[in-house]
Amino acid sequence: MGFLRTRFRYLFGTTKGLILVAVAVIALETALFGTLSGPLANLGVGNLVVRGLRMDLNPAEREGRIVILYHSIAMAVVAIETYMVTGLLAMRSFYRSAVRVLITAGYWLAVIFGLAFAYWGHNWAFHGLYITGLALIFFAGVLLTIALWPWDKTYSQPDRACARTRRGVDLERVAFFATAATTVISAVFGAIPGSYLGNGFRVFMAEDIIRLPEKTTMEYSIIGHLHIMLALIAVMLTLIIGRWLNFRGILHKIAMPLIILGTIILNLGVWGVVTPLEPIAHMVIYVGATPAMLGALMLVIYGWDHLIREGTAGLTRPTFWQKAGALLRDPLRFGPLWQMVFMNFTVSGMGIFFAVRLDEIFRLWPAREERIELTGHWHVLAAIIATIILLYYGDMVGLKGRVRRWYGWAILLFSDVAFAAVTILELKRLFVSEAAQQPLVNTVTLLIDLGLGMLLVVLALVMVWRLLDLFRKKGRWTAEAAQEISEEVGK
Amino acid sequence: MKRALLVLGLLGILLAACGSVDVNAPVPTYSTGVDPDAWVRVPAGEFLAGQHDDLVAVDYDYEIMVTDVTVAQYVDFLNAALADGAVRVGEQAVEQYYPGDAYAGAKHEVRIDPGDYPLVPLDDPASRFTFDGQVFAVRSGWEDHPMANVTWFGARAYCAYYGWRLPTEMEWEKAARGTDGRAYPWGNELTPNYANFYNSGDPFEEMSAVGSRTTPVGFYNGRTYDGYVTYDAASPSGLYDMAGNVWQWIGDVHPGFSDRFMRGGSKDAYAKDLRVWVRNSAAPMYYGPGVGFRCGVQK
Repeated sequence: MGFLRTRFRYLFGTTKGLILVAVAVIALETALFGTLSGPLANLGVGNLVVRGLRMDLNPAEREGRIVILYHSIAMAVVAIETYMVTGLLAMRSFYRSAVRVLITAGYWLAVIFGLAFAYWGHNWAFHGLYITGLALIFFAGVLLTIALWPWDKTYSQPDRACARTRRGVDLERVAFFATAATTVISAVFGAIPGSYLGNGFRVFMAEDIIRLPEKTTMEYSIIGHLHIMLALIAVMLTLIIGRWLNFRGILHKIAMPLIILGTIILNLGVWGVVTPLEPIAHMVIYVGATPAMLGALMLVIYGWDHLIREGTAGLTRPTFWQKAGALLRDPLRFGPLWQMVFMNFTVSGMGIFFAVRLDEIFRLWPAREERIELTGHWHVLAAIIATIILLYYGDMVGLKGRVRRWYGWAILLFSDVAFAAVTILELKRLFVSEAAQQPLVNTVTLLIDLGLGMLLVVLALVMVWRLLDLFRKKGRWTAEAAQEISEEVGK
Repeated sequence: MKRALLVLGLLGILLAACGSVDVNAPVPTYSTGVDPDAWVRVPAGEFLAGQHDDLVAVDYDYEIMVTDVTVAQYVDFLNAALADGAVRVGEQAVEQYYPGDAYAGAKHEVRIDPGDYPLVPLDDPASRFTFDGQVFAVRSGWEDHPMANVTWFGARAYCAYYGWRLPTEMEWEKAARGTDGRAYPWGNELTPNYANFYNSGDPFEEMSAVGSRTTPVGFYNGRTYDGYVTYDAASPSGLYDMAGNVWQWIGDVHPGFSDRFMRGGSKDAYAKDLRVWVRNSAAPMYYGPGVGFRCGVQK
């Protein structure tokens, strides 16, 4: 009994344990439901899974299933970020405990009962429990926002090297607060139309209606919701990575106001799609996204400069190659920032290119071609976020030496090959005709499958290692149970 | 050594992407036994439409082609229409006058003004016909395949030439699924033996080279071709290829929306796009090797 109790306390009572459980849940979900599409489905594995697990897949309900699947994964990701925020930032212990209990119960309910409802017939009690889970996560978000209130003097920033107001208000905390608050509000933009459309079984995928000239307010709301939630997850992760790297100094002072301002304007733009301001909403979104991305750039400059300085300490005049070596020495420190840069080529840059040349290029192609661009675009963003979390996780669990390097570089190399291949797939019509595309499609599909497949293998290896570790009396988990991630900032 | 092998492997993969495709590689020839000149009558009445099974009435009888228009049929039309001056040969395409659409100035709407518009391109390697300056002819082996690489104007022109028209969305869907709300023309389950879609493994598909290709119209009718078993994919009204093979242009023109809708999925579509309610759309000038049509007429 003591064996179980101690492990349970670690897994559900400590920051690193909670993160491990959520990563494992996502890994299992990805492994299982990833067989229903892509290469494993083509090999017939999907059919075996459907039959073996007696899934009930009505063709008319595909969109509903996918909405629930995406939400169940996203809720686990939101939970991971919440654990990180509550572990990194000071807050009252009541709030920390309450937020963690609510969000853990919430995402477990959402995952278990959401997927059971979506893939194994419609037991409406399950649907109710799924909604209950989402509601608990929402209230966890409300509590987290309260806990992050930055104008409480307890949380004043005494360090003048960090972004703060004259009265000492910690601007980084304001950024966390703004991101949490806007996330909670933006959730409502999904919840209301979700209830309305879901109750009438009128579920749809945004990419399928994107070309329709007239959309209802509810449809606009859903489109806005899915965009802003992913963007906010990315902003929150940027702040988390900044805290982890102990982001400070002049760049911190420039970045935090930019991120706060950008996040708020970005949200106002997205919320504006359900108002008469819809025609100018995109312009507002660009205005908001620009400072937020500039803020992230400040973090990248700070982080890389820090790595170079750290790696060349002791050298009087380091050469370019010595600096490059220092930068690339530790993939787990270099990687998250590199992924943020890489995101600009595969996500942000692509999105801007699509928007600027929409009528001249992309609207001349069939809608299904545009769907490939849209789904590729946001799948890459979601996956990049996942890789950044995995890189941070690798550092958090203390990977060292060769394992650290292999783990870090494998994630970076395989994921970036896959993301680059997706980008080529999205744009293939620019350089190859439909009739002649197959060799190119075969190659990029191979690279995507190889990249993402190997990424999942790396994740599986880590999960197996962590599982085996739990059976050891003095495993790594015992040390992690006694550590808080805020104590490891900048180390 | 290991690094060199890795680099060579990656180079090999990248070079494979630059391989050329022989779009006119030989195709197997099979007689499906389905008559591409056949039509069926769909009686007036209600049916369950769309993904959410809305009760919709098509309150008139209409007739619709049993199969997509074939390459042979379209080539006959081109020769006849060229001879009597209904179409003209432009620099890059066969063209015909179109009276234009009303322009509402909506977001992303493209002006379709009165003028000559392309029906089919003349020099596209993916086209299954040839033109020697005088006569159009079918490329050997493609006679009974659906006419693809045709614009919406080209589809409309064909139907109009014979006094028919393109079906409306509701006419198309009712003919595809009947009245019982099924997801596919033959029922609610999709296996590769029912339709030609991406990676479905039909005898015309070579994913390592040319990719997916069209199958002759009516191919999925329960027959076995050189050991390849097909299931009967006829719709309740008796139509073939209402899921897969080629997307089918729809006749409806919507104010403020210059795209035209297509239905049915294609040889290049994933299984999800073969559900009868799924829409695709493109500008009416668009043509591609996975887009064809069939005609209908109100009786």
